[in-house]
Amino acid sequence: MTGVQRTVTRTLVVLLAMFVFAFALVPLYDAFCRVTGINGKVENTAQALIRDSIDESRVITVQFITRGSAGLPWKLEVLNRQVRVHPGAATEVHFAFTNHGKEAGWGRAVPSVSPSEASLYMRKVTCFCFQEQRLDAGERYEAPLVFQLTRDLPDDIQTVTLVYTLYPVDDKTLAAKALANEARIIAVPRIAVPGGEA
Amino acid sequence: MAPKLPPRLPPQHPLEQAGEAAGPAGHAEAGYHHGPKGLLRWLLTTNHKEIGTLYLIFSLSMFFIGGIFALVVRAELFQPGLQLVQPEFFNQMTTMHGLIMVFGAVMPGFVGLANWMIPLQIGAPDMALPRLNNFSFWLLPVAFTLLLSTLLMPGGGPNFGWTFYAPLSTTYSPPSTTFFILSLHMAGISSILGAINIIATILNLRAPGMRMMDMPLFVWTWLITAFLLIAVMPVLAGVITMMLLDINFGTSFFNAAGGGDPVMFQHIFWFFGHPEVYIMILPAFGIVSAIIPTFARKRLFGYASMVYATSSIAILSFLVWAHHMFAVGLPLVAELFFMYTTMLIAVPTGVKVFNWIATLFQGSISFETPMLFALAFVVLFSIGGFSGLMLAIAPADFQYHDTYFVVAHFHYVLVPGAVFAIMAAVYYWLPKWTGHYPNERLGRWHFWTSVVGVNLTFFPMHFSGLAGMPRRIPDYALQFADFNMASSIGALLFGTSQLLFVWMIIKCVRGGEKAPAKAWDGAEDLEWTVPSPAPLHTFETPPRFQHQEH
Amino acid sequence: MRKLPGGVAAIGGGVWLTFSALAHGWNMPLGVTALSRDIHGLHMTIFWICVVIGVVVFGVMFYSLFRYRRSKGAQASLFHENTKVEVIWTTVPLLILIGMALPATATLKQMYDAKDADLDVMVTGQQWRWHYEYLGEDVAFTSNLATPRDQIDGAAAKGENYLLEVDEPLVLPVGRKVRFLLTSDDVVHSWWVPDLAVKQDAIPGFVNENWVRIETPGTYRGQCTELCGRNHGFMPVVVEAMEPDAFDSWLAERQQAAAREASGVDREWAMDELMSRGQQVYESICASCHQVDGSGNPPVFPALANNPALMAERDRHIATVINGVAGKPMPAFSSSLSPVEIAAVITYERNAWGNDTGDSVQPSEIQARLE
Repeated sequence: MTGVQRTVTRTLVVLLAMFVFAFALVPLYDAFCRVTGINGKVENTAQALIRDSIDESRVITVQFITRGSAGLPWKLEVLNRQVRVHPGAATEVHFAFTNHGKEAGWGRAVPSVSPSEASLYMRKVTCFCFQEQRLDAGERYEAPLVFQLTRDLPDDIQTVTLVYTLYPVDDKTLAAKALANEARIIAVPRIAVPGGEA
Repeated sequence: MAPKLPPRLPPQHPLEQAGEAAGPAGHAEAGYHHGPKGLLRWLLTTNHKEIGTLYLIFSLSMFFIGGIFALVVRAELFQPGLQLVQPEFFNQMTTMHGLIMVFGAVMPGFVGLANWMIPLQIGAPDMALPRLNNFSFWLLPVAFTLLLSTLLMPGGGPNFGWTFYAPLSTTYSPPSTTFFILSLHMAGISSILGAINIIATILNLRAPGMRMMDMPLFVWTWLITAFLLIAVMPVLAGVITMMLLDINFGTSFFNAAGGGDPVMFQHIFWFFGHPEVYIMILPAFGIVSAIIPTFARKRLFGYASMVYATSSIAILSFLVWAHHMFAVGLPLVAELFFMYTTMLIAVPTGVKVFNWIATLFQGSISFETPMLFALAFVVLFSIGGFSGLMLAIAPADFQYHDTYFVVAHFHYVLVPGAVFAIMAAVYYWLPKWTGHYPNERLGRWHFWTSVVGVNLTFFPMHFSGLAGMPRRIPDYALQFADFNMASSIGALLFGTSQLLFVWMIIKCVRGGEKAPAKAWDGAEDLEWTVPSPAPLHTFETPPRFQHQEH
Repeated sequence: MRKLPGGVAAIGGGVWLTFSALAHGWNMPLGVTALSRDIHGLHMTIFWICVVIGVVVFGVMFYSLFRYRRSKGAQASLFHENTKVEVIWTTVPLLILIGMALPATATLKQMYDAKDADLDVMVTGQQWRWHYEYLGEDVAFTSNLATPRDQIDGAAAKGENYLLEVDEPLVLPVGRKVRFLLTSDDVVHSWWVPDLAVKQDAIPGFVNENWVRIETPGTYRGQCTELCGRNHGFMPVVVEAMEPDAFDSWLAERQQAAAREASGVDREWAMDELMSRGQQVYESICASCHQVDGSGNPPVFPALANNPALMAERDRHIATVINGVAGKPMPAFSSSLSPVEIAAVITYERNAWGNDTGDSVQPSEIQARLE
């Protein structure tokens, strides 16, 4: 039966590898999206500006859209709904978070770029979307976004739309993230324990 | 080359008779059953034939349960308006119909045929891992009892379609979803264990002298299918585990709120899902490749190209998954890539159909029931292939996607495709299993009512889809009424005609015209060298296989 | 044998059915955009290719079945291989496919070219309605199924546009390029209008793009095509295409109406005023889940009638309507209803069906909560 045993061992190895592969698909997919621009995913960590000359021959319209979502009595507003930028130039745009609710809470603005290919050329130097935000009841908090469209932005992209959807972050998610050892949560200033001040 | 002989020659066996020296007497002796009797015997059996029978009975019962769910759907859709069920229950019915048919009826049906026939076709005494075989079968009734019981749980059973797209199946799912995941895990483990067993059997237990390129195509297609299973069932397990974590442990694999991505669910699901589609059709190709030569009394045309075509379909199946997702907003390059690879699949699939037709050409054809089903398979599967080719054209797919056109397409591939192939196989091998020929008259009735029923059900769906009817809706606009009524009548006809199938099987088990070892005069594979009915133990002494010169 | 006449009759019947159905308009619509006509052309081309291949292949098959019947004494040949034939029937389909891929690629490239749009519309899917926002124009509204429940339940005769009618259609100008940005508030939806050949998934947290340039004024109907839960089948899309001038005046009128609505926040509203406005809002938006009589559909959709717990908590009631409930089909209505509508509908819910709390909620109170 050694033949059978060998076959079984080999298939089990393949099996295990495929199971691991299924989970590896998550980071692989993320990486793949960032490389190819699928889904308009952008880097969720700060990137350095590329010191590049500014392409003044082209003007790109960048639109900002903010959306709320169920379960979070917050509002996210953009103070300049649309800017016109030259590729290569760094631009600052201001956003404001307001907590209309009566409790402190956690929220996170999730970005998405359209057309999705444009996400490849969008470099964010500073963004409130890199981390969870905590707001006290009634608190208003202004946050900047500093971004740059790189010069290699294809000519057929003339409008870039950035949509931020504000989502509540619940304790379970915070706990899961903490478990996953995502130190970013702890790195957010002004907090001790999630929901502690409520 | 497969041991197909030129027809109309004196019977001359590829086996050396010495290997079968014991003859019928030896088999009668071997047919004696030792061990527990009654229910316990079936619970503990490790015999490939008994386990094969169990799989087939299970598959048939699931076929009826899934069929009843389909009839509930079709009854509600008989005319516009909500008459019988509410949308919540309707969604559970469409979901359960899909899950049961895919994981409970078609896959176990093929595994049952594999259990019965692979050892007989390669001259092995049993499967390589008989006890594992028993375990992998008994996981299934447990899994599906659990799955069906979710219908009775508060909030109802799964209601998010058999493709269970997140976040409808995670954040917005009924509480029973955790049990759905558990049952799918069990069904998945069962498939994986079955696949390991099949691979181990085929690679190690072939009769001395039988090379890979001598194996019957059913064995070949199953070997490739088993590799597909090994490759993608763990991916299914992975994706449902992620769902489980998202639902119960606060992770955000698919939840945009936590930084996850619902589209990633679809990518991982279809990375499993597309090969899964071929898992459900490759063994059917093997069955048809056995039946057509038998009843055309002519060797299969292009055996080697059949093997290569099957392998290329299997490999391509890993490169086409996103054609299910043309409307999710893929970048242009991805759309183009998946459109081209999908169109490419038509080539090896076409080769198979051409080979079958070339086998028929200048044959000596007779039309017993297995042949009728196999021929209907060729025609109707091709129609499903044509609509598949249309769906591959990405710009047009924006119009076809998620409409009844898609429902028509995949039902043509799966019902007169996979299901007809299983039925053809049952008619073809029943003489070997029971020792009696199936009743030809009943078989014909079953065949014709099924063919009319299937086409009446699914053909009009092409038009309702093109005219704009989305899938998975419990009620529809008035212009879709006529075609839906036709589909519902067809479904009722197809459903009830399956009672003829059951009746035919019962009759055949109980009696009927006695079948000799070689039940069909054109059949040439090894299974026809053992007596009919096949005794419990066969090929305990491996036969010596004499491969045929090209 | 019997297979032959039966099979030929079946295939003949299928072919006849196909052509008569296609001739009677049971086909993909030609549509009202240049792209929809291109797509229709691709569809018909690939269809005819399939028909021709089918006729040839099935022709040979049925010829063989007829000609080589054993009952007529056919003797089987011995051939079982022919490399030349195999090469031919591998390469010929490949060439046909390449011929098909070229126009498909060209059309696809056009579909992806959303630049230079004259108007941007944000389309948001919600369980189970569509929300439209004309970006930069300060016009936004929700579009709900308008078919009365009676028609669905069979208590009333079904109207001409049964299940394909909405209270407020999406109004678009003809001749201008309109870019859609699609997203969702909850699960995946898909926005489809066959005549515009636009079908695009609306995915929570992500935006998709598509575009259209309509050529002919008219009303075009479609539906949500991605299973999105209970009322997936009751989520129609209606687009009304107007001449640009008519569209501009429609837009201006909507902007004025929005301004009027906004000014309504500042004044005190009478109870019966709130109740009648509230009933209107409730029946078009809330009733699809919470039912016209407020009985809801527990456990997913709580009852609003006979719900003393909710009536005791005015504050929670207001907060739930404004902010929605995470992970439940209850959306945050602050993004799709005006303060007046929110105030009216809460007032209605707190006084209808015997709730009789006597509470009135003023638009100014809602406005204050949103600032």
